[in-house]
Amino acid sequence: MGDLQIGAWADELLAGLWVTVYITVLGAVAAVVVAFALGLLVRMRHIVPRTIARVVIEFFRGSSLLVQLFWLFYVLPLLGYPLNPVVVGVLAFGLNFGAYGAEVVRGSINAVPKAQWEGTVALSLSPYHRMRRVILPQAYPLMIPPFGNLLIQLIKSTPLVFLITLTDLTAVADQYRASEGREAFIFGLLLVIYFVLAYVFTLVMHLLEARAKAGLGQREDPRKILAYRGPMEEEREAA
Amino acid sequence: MGYALDVLPRILEAFLRYTLLATALASALAAVLGLVFAVIRRVRVPVLAPLTTAFVEFVRSTPIPIQLFFLFYVLPEAGLTLPGLFVGVVTLGVHYACYYAEVYRAGIDGVPKAQWEACTALSMSPRYQWQHVVLPQAVRNVLPSLGNYVISMFKETPYLFLIAVPEMVQEAVAIGGRDFRYLEPVTIAGLIFLAASYPSAIAMRRLEKRLGHA
Repeated sequence: MGDLQIGAWADELLAGLWVTVYITVLGAVAAVVVAFALGLLVRMRHIVPRTIARVVIEFFRGSSLLVQLFWLFYVLPLLGYPLNPVVVGVLAFGLNFGAYGAEVVRGSINAVPKAQWEGTVALSLSPYHRMRRVILPQAYPLMIPPFGNLLIQLIKSTPLVFLITLTDLTAVADQYRASEGREAFIFGLLLVIYFVLAYVFTLVMHLLEARAKAGLGQREDPRKILAYRGPMEEEREAA
Repeated sequence: MGYALDVLPRILEAFLRYTLLATALASALAAVLGLVFAVIRRVRVPVLAPLTTAFVEFVRSTPIPIQLFFLFYVLPEAGLTLPGLFVGVVTLGVHYACYYAEVYRAGIDGVPKAQWEACTALSMSPRYQWQHVVLPQAVRNVLPSLGNYVISMFKETPYLFLIAVPEMVQEAVAIGGRDFRYLEPVTIAGLIFLAASYPSAIAMRRLEKRLGHA
């Protein structure tokens, strides 16, 4: 492997890693916001918000992420919105994963035992207080494992931003490949970096889950949080 | 509207020739390979079982685009020059096999213990037991999950774009670049995805209900 010339590229790779991480984080935040908005709308009794939310969810789950990314990238400017690629990427990830997340939010809220709902009615809590103080705190720990799976899916989708001109990790690796060759080395290295990245985010989700459960009086052994758990059960339900 | 109708045939052709073909071939590969992974892990084949687990974990945690690039650039170095479509099918197939392995595992775990005991009582050979008792029940129970993964994979076939396979999205963007009109081709590509995946997703939900469990 004599002279790999990786030293000169280390800074660029780090810069690319930074782009990947912040697109992931911003995309995840956007997705959570969209997921809660759509997930709450789709549970409403009134038919109008419910239908709109359902259509948006099915639309973004049903068409491909890459198409959505390209659509925002190529079509929005034509309609008069000069967007920068970061906004396009975050918007596409937010809407796509938010649509998947909406189902998680809806399902977790529905999974809160019926007696809890009845209790809030008996105490005549306002709908806002019912959600904020009773239902969501119990639904929240249920949401974290499926959200964790979606987060991993999101990280695995970030290389696509390379197609909308962002210089993420994959884009830097592709430049390296174009000028230095050494394809096996650079893409092998990239696989390892993404694997580590996914693992770090998984650990963060485990910590969040433990904290949320502790809030409900279900403490977890700290060793269990860090322990390797194997593949998660819940699969991302395809639409 | 006239323009949309003009470009529709070319996009549809790319859809049928590449997108659908890649989905069909890759899901067939994933179905077979995933089953092999699941059985290796279930039977606890020495050496192979932990290796399979590690492989499955690694593949599931790394992005398909990078896996595509890796195979696309590394196979020729090893002296294998293969068409992009083939590399794409192998990558998607192996990637989803790692998800299928988990689904099959859940299905195999769901086969009641009495079924296994009955096989032992009837002194069936392991092969006969798997082939005629365990797998038919296991696979039937997880068909909706498998179907949902096929739909997921279908929506990830545009990734083959990255290794220059002229599938539908590539074609749509190429048409857009040629005519400087991205709105129609890209929208059509999206609508075709929706038109194909939404009914299939509903069919899977029905099947799930008919089989009577989630």
